[in-house]
Amino acid sequence: MKGVNNVVAVSSGKGGVGKSLIASTLAVILARKGYKVGLFDLDFTSPSTHVILGAEGLQPKEEKGIIPPEVHGIKYMSIVYYSGEHAVPLRGADISNALIELFAITRWNTLDFLIIDMPPGISDATLDIIRFVKKVKFLVVTTPSQLAFETVRKLLDLLSELGINVVGVVENMKMKESQFIKQQVEGRGITFWGETPFDIMVEEAIGNVKKLLTTEFGSILEELVAKNLK
Amino acid sequence: MHEWALAEAVISTVSQITEKEQLKEVLEVKIKVGELQQIELDILEFALSQLKTPKLKNVKFNIQTAKAELKCRYCGHKWIFRKEKMNEEIAEAIHFVPEIAHAYVKCPKCGSPDFEILEGRGIWLESIKGAK
Repeated sequence: MKGVNNVVAVSSGKGGVGKSLIASTLAVILARKGYKVGLFDLDFTSPSTHVILGAEGLQPKEEKGIIPPEVHGIKYMSIVYYSGEHAVPLRGADISNALIELFAITRWNTLDFLIIDMPPGISDATLDIIRFVKKVKFLVVTTPSQLAFETVRKLLDLLSELGINVVGVVENMKMKESQFIKQQVEGRGITFWGETPFDIMVEEAIGNVKKLLTTEFGSILEELVAKNLK
Repeated sequence: MHEWALAEAVISTVSQITEKEQLKEVLEVKIKVGELQQIELDILEFALSQLKTPKLKNVKFNIQTAKAELKCRYCGHKWIFRKEKMNEEIAEAIHFVPEIAHAYVKCPKCGSPDFEILEGRGIWLESIKGAK
């Protein structure tokens, strides 16, 4: 991890808010800007970034460790290289062990950004990332729903208590005008990146990165990245 | 060749302990290697010898293997993991990430994938001897 300049964990207290979609699209946007980018899917029990990226038939190379293969200009690592189509039922301690193992053997070499797609919640993976990756910054994803924000605000408060850098919050799947999330986030002294819309075209663009970037969701996220991630 | 990355992790951990305990020199490092991960011992030994730091100049690496003992959390049955029963692709996946065993290995008695690895998962430091 020595050669990795920025580690951004895309996280949320809640599942289903679009973390994997935002992590994958963010990685593609940064790679297209000419940055050296890695994407690490840490959602071991439900990995999905490979589906979003349309990454098929890839295998990491073995060379004094594991060298992640490249897809769309991104060095990409996921447990699916090893689990394939099988379910991976893991308990907390197993998740920690697998995470430590993969961090120890993956050779990212030099990267401007390593984007981590986190599993939902504030359980093992989140605590391990905070424990082992001292330079980690969090990009937190929520939806406009009070149900999502009920747990997201707890994640934000926890990160703030621990002194962890939160680069911002994205409000995803925005459907109608509301200031609720923006006010809640800014009230905590955290940067509100902005809103990405609920876009029915996204589902059709899954697995097709070029198409994904041309969706309303993709182009707005690109604007938010340009404005907020420096 | 992922034994090199594991050897690097061993050397890095030994170096941290050396600093913490203020050792001038490390004389012996006992390493246990669990059979679940199927680590190639000769490659590991070679990698360790190549990665030695000055304080490890005269170190003896004592590497021992440990059987991988698994225990079903559902029915309590205990058994020993045997690589010979695996196909090569699965064995290799477990070699890289031992937890992948949960995707492929089931309790031989009740068929549950919910087992714990009692011993013999990966690689761990048993002890370090040094001079202050």
